[in-house]
Amino acid sequence: MGPLSSRLFALESRRGWTVFMGLAAVLMAVVPVLNLAVPEDTWLHVPTFWVTTLGKFLCFAMLALALDLIWGYAGILSLGHGAFFGLGGYAMGMYLMRQIGERGVYGHPELPDFMVFLNWKELPWYWYGFDSFAFAVLMAMLVPGALAFVFGWLAFRSRITGVYFSIISQAMVFAMMLAFFRNEMGFGGNNGLTDFKDLLGFDLSASTTKVGLYVISALMLGLVYLLCRYVVTSKLGRVLIAVRDAESRVRFLGYSVTRAKLFVFTLSAVLAGIAGALYVPQVGIINPGEFTPAKSIEVAIWVAVGGRGTLFGAAAGAVAVNGAKSLLTGIAPEIWLFFLGALFILVTLLMPRGLVGVVRQWRERRAISKASHSDSHVSA
Amino acid sequence: MKTVSKLMAAACLFAGVFAASEGVRADEPIKVGVLHSLSGTMAISETALKDVMEFLISEQNAKGGVLGRKLEAVVVDPASDWPLFAEKARELIEQHEVDVVFGCWTSVSRKSVLPVFEELNGMLFYPVQYEGEESSRNIFYTGAAPNQQAIPAVEYLMSEEGGSVERWVLAGTDYVYPRTTNKILEAFLKAKGVAEEDIMINYTPFGHSDWQTIVSDIKKFASAGKKTAVVSTINGDANVPFYKELGNQGIAAEDIPVVAFSVGEEELAGIDTGPLVGHLAAWNYFMSVESDKNSEVIEKWHEFIGNEDRVFNDPMEAHYIGFQMWVQAVEKAGTTDIDAVRTAMYGQTAPNLTGGTAVMNVNHHLSKPVLIGEIQDDGQFDVVWETDGVVPGDAWSDFIPESAKLMSDWTEPFSCGNCEKPSS
Amino acid sequence: MIDRKSRDLSGNRTLGAAALGAALLFATAPVASEPSEADFHAALQALDTQKFQQKAQAIEHLGALDNPRILEVLESLAKGRLYVRKDGRIVIAERSGKKYLIQDAISGRPEPEAGKKELKKIKVNNRLRRLIRGVTGRLALFSDDPDRRVKAADNLIKNPNPQVLPLFRQARDRETDDAVRAKLEVGIAVLELEADDPALRLAATTTLAETSDPDIRSLLEHRLQTDAEPNLEIRDALHGAIETIDRKLWLFGIAENLLFGISLGSVLLLAAIGLAITFGVMGVINMAHGEMIMLGAYSAFMVQEIFRSVVPPELFGFYLLAALPVAFLMSASMGVLIERGVIRFLYGRPLETLLATWGISLILQQLVRSIFGANNREVANPEWISGAIEIAGGVTVTLNRLCIILFSLAVVAALAAFIRYSRFGLNMRAVTQNRSMAASMGIRTGQVDALTFALGSGIAGVAGMALSQISNVSPNLGQNFIVDSFMVVVFGGVGSLWGTIVGAFSLGIVNKFLEPVSGAILGKIVVLVFIILFIQMRPRGLFALKGRAAGD
Repeated sequence: MGPLSSRLFALESRRGWTVFMGLAAVLMAVVPVLNLAVPEDTWLHVPTFWVTTLGKFLCFAMLALALDLIWGYAGILSLGHGAFFGLGGYAMGMYLMRQIGERGVYGHPELPDFMVFLNWKELPWYWYGFDSFAFAVLMAMLVPGALAFVFGWLAFRSRITGVYFSIISQAMVFAMMLAFFRNEMGFGGNNGLTDFKDLLGFDLSASTTKVGLYVISALMLGLVYLLCRYVVTSKLGRVLIAVRDAESRVRFLGYSVTRAKLFVFTLSAVLAGIAGALYVPQVGIINPGEFTPAKSIEVAIWVAVGGRGTLFGAAAGAVAVNGAKSLLTGIAPEIWLFFLGALFILVTLLMPRGLVGVVRQWRERRAISKASHSDSHVSA
Repeated sequence: MKTVSKLMAAACLFAGVFAASEGVRADEPIKVGVLHSLSGTMAISETALKDVMEFLISEQNAKGGVLGRKLEAVVVDPASDWPLFAEKARELIEQHEVDVVFGCWTSVSRKSVLPVFEELNGMLFYPVQYEGEESSRNIFYTGAAPNQQAIPAVEYLMSEEGGSVERWVLAGTDYVYPRTTNKILEAFLKAKGVAEEDIMINYTPFGHSDWQTIVSDIKKFASAGKKTAVVSTINGDANVPFYKELGNQGIAAEDIPVVAFSVGEEELAGIDTGPLVGHLAAWNYFMSVESDKNSEVIEKWHEFIGNEDRVFNDPMEAHYIGFQMWVQAVEKAGTTDIDAVRTAMYGQTAPNLTGGTAVMNVNHHLSKPVLIGEIQDDGQFDVVWETDGVVPGDAWSDFIPESAKLMSDWTEPFSCGNCEKPSS
Repeated sequence: MIDRKSRDLSGNRTLGAAALGAALLFATAPVASEPSEADFHAALQALDTQKFQQKAQAIEHLGALDNPRILEVLESLAKGRLYVRKDGRIVIAERSGKKYLIQDAISGRPEPEAGKKELKKIKVNNRLRRLIRGVTGRLALFSDDPDRRVKAADNLIKNPNPQVLPLFRQARDRETDDAVRAKLEVGIAVLELEADDPALRLAATTTLAETSDPDIRSLLEHRLQTDAEPNLEIRDALHGAIETIDRKLWLFGIAENLLFGISLGSVLLLAAIGLAITFGVMGVINMAHGEMIMLGAYSAFMVQEIFRSVVPPELFGFYLLAALPVAFLMSASMGVLIERGVIRFLYGRPLETLLATWGISLILQQLVRSIFGANNREVANPEWISGAIEIAGGVTVTLNRLCIILFSLAVVAALAAFIRYSRFGLNMRAVTQNRSMAASMGIRTGQVDALTFALGSGIAGVAGMALSQISNVSPNLGQNFIVDSFMVVVFGGVGSLWGTIVGAFSLGIVNKFLEPVSGAILGKIVVLVFIILFIQMRPRGLFALKGRAAGD
């Protein structure tokens, strides 16, 4: 084994790899097959509704991973991660918008519909290049990364920490929301970008495309997870944890706290951007609603519910909370907020380490009781 | 551990929804999806529409349902979250297999669900006044298009009766409906000979609450010696502080009338209207209109909801009309099949609550009367002007150059929502 | 009921002039012949028509008649209180609960009350209201009440008409009140701008240069632009007058922005002050703070409803005073509940309080929505805080905003005094500064925590009561304030009451000076970016705490 692959294997325990691979197999193979290959009237069939909804959740899970990377491991609670997610989404949305071409309602070869009816005469400069998929993908990572770099540089340089950082990141996302609401910005205002037709020539409303996007999301989630795992188990990761627990001491030891934080924050923003870019073709719309402060706060809540500082928990929390939301808004539309609110309170009070913490505790307890049972049979 | 068991229960429910996708039997109820936000920012406006749908469905069931089958409302909460609207629309059509959906308020929510309805060939009734510039085979627009609300209102204010207004403030919340409406109005006013400097356009963010500067600016703008009016496309929440500021700064309707397109009885319920008497609104319906049909429906509505103070407003009437037409179309088609019902919808008529008859046109918009009302101190409107007959809704405005070329006709063999007008 | 034909009404420009002539006749002969009841009756009955045009004629007739009841009848008509009874007679009716209290329009004698079905309202539109205002306004020039005389003069200045000049002069000569006389002088000057005598025109220009009214400025400019003024000397004077007025208006503009800024600042202060305690002093990231404000607003609503149904109407205006303790107690007790039930388990884990309080906020929103409904509730401004004070040059400050400025200062002062001088305040400061030391001195820290949180929540509730006077009262109320509140507290410096005050007012003022330049939305964005950059320079806000308490 080469050094990289051995490093890769060391990312997880054997059990961890089993779980990871099992989940990957279910998400990436079983669900698509049950959707596409199993006839619709059998109970085994997974409806397209669940595929698209799950696809959406996987993007949220990626966003949660990005946040857990900085909150769980570096102690930076960003309440503005929706900004990076949204920017990634807008980059992808702009590509999809350009793909519509002459199929828009006014048949204009270049301008999106919303520009035509608001009397725009030509495409704004910042829309150039988005007819290329590669450029759009690049921008979906670069723009959030650049914003995070500038914002992070300003913040970490002047040692803004804790709650102060949280609040100014919230100010950032709030300002972004107001800016994108403005129609003069050229991003479609409140309606945002919609009416997408196809992606790289694949019809977005075809169910094979949906399944394809879903599989790509699952794949990306897996890769992002491994990447995050790689970062937190590296030397940098250990520095970050030290920063989280005692920032001044790390500084005095001669580490560049600012640089470490800045790196991980920028990385996190890029990951959030990727999540956003995958999210948009699946939900079919991107608008300033993604920038509302409440949405960014929700991301922190997913992480906390799942278990902060565990990566796996963050992803699980995102799926669990959004699953609960999807379910409850359907079956208890008038009182679902009671359940969701109660869930948040109970999780904080009773499960300080989140869902993952509960599972771990339960496993540890079982291990202890097993150990005490088999005390006498310990072999050397 | 309690939470864990709760989660387990939730997981079981998940599975339950999974299993629900079976074939429909003939004696099963016809499902009607209701897609209105019951929480979040839009709950203020949309909750009443959910209530009215439940009211209409129970009324229809009392009459024996449709095609001998009962109707069943499937209510979900898209929580003012636009991507969630798309998810819920898909859930309604794919999982619950509803035959029709009544829903949405904001344009962005409609834009969000539109691809879902087109992909799955669903049917949506959209009850709110909107900016036009859209035509979908799967959506029936029962609210007003700009030519059924904005333009008649401005024409009225320009007339002797309305005060011969020469100077205009177009104030709106910065989103697509006000932007488009103001674009249309600007073109219209200029066509009528209003000079550029006599038009002031102002946009504010959603939920804007501090109107001091803007109201003061309006006052200054109005002090140029010409009769001035404000055309307001300010959205829901921001209206209360706006009108409170107007009232307190002493802007009387006789001096600077404000005509609004998003303020109805429901919005006024949150304001003391004493200082606002005489300010105007343009709608296709007002609760105060005296007609037998109107009082009958309002009485039943109050009985259903159990509260005499609940108001009835224009989007609610739009649902009332849309629902009647859908019921008739299903009866006519003899099935709930979307394509058959859609064809049967064209030319359907239903009585307006204000008198006269609404007609569903082939462009999926209604022909409805336009009414202009003045706010009274009891929170109701007095109608001061009304069109002679009904006005057909126009999906593509004639005052936007690119849009003027387009027309919409969804009947066979034409079947198109945005083709060039034949040049004859 | 619907006037379908009203669109093809032809305009009638002579109408105003006719009414005016009639009014003049009446005004110049205040004591006239015996009132003719029959004429009055006939003119009044003519109002019972669908056509606005005919109503307009009837109003003119009424204005020309000499009867002491006319003023009241016309004013009732303008207010929509004139009805036609089933028997065809016209009456003045006022709603009282489900019934209407009725008096005969002609005699003013009370009549048996009637239900809604027996009455048909005589509708008026803005044009008729304007006409009525013109007629009653001229009558009111000779009213006993100086306020009404000023209003009448103002109205006539806004709609200048050469024919009222003699009326104005007559009124000026009779006038005893200096303020009213000055107003009348301005009115006369406005009309004399078009006089034939150049001396009069020059004098008028000089008089008008003294004013600071944008209306008059545009009038002067209009005269210049249309070359209506042939005399060069007077043209110069007009230019000079415009410049003088412009200078004043510029100053007033600044004063106005400052005033608006202070007003916005006071709103921000009220919204943030409770948070300055729960978040600033206790370190709880209290996302349910907005809902405490909301509860206060709904308390005001409930107290108002109780007053409406129980208390005699003349005391209704005092409901706000009664709502003050209710709002405080309501939010404070909810605060105790939250602190004892949830937050006390989370001290030392500040970011987790965010999660739990977010959950609480969702529950409270939904609770209010379930109880009161999702739509806005009406919380009326009592009479004593309705309206506005005009300072000068169109600069007005509305009374409700003025009250909020004063109220916010009063709340802060009371709070500061409480923390500074009361026993509890001392304990509170001790616990925040050094919890374990305070505990070992015998302070029951748990109790202090609960009460501190209750204090912060209660103050948020009081703020909500005040904010109900200018804002929506809906389940979303709190969400509208939460982000702004956090910005203010962080900008001012967490834990510093002074910081919150200075932060709120400076953000308010900056915002209001930006708004005319950049528009409301960009202005807000600029302020947010400014906060972000400011925090870079002073990472602990404007007024950072120093020493041990400042530690993480």
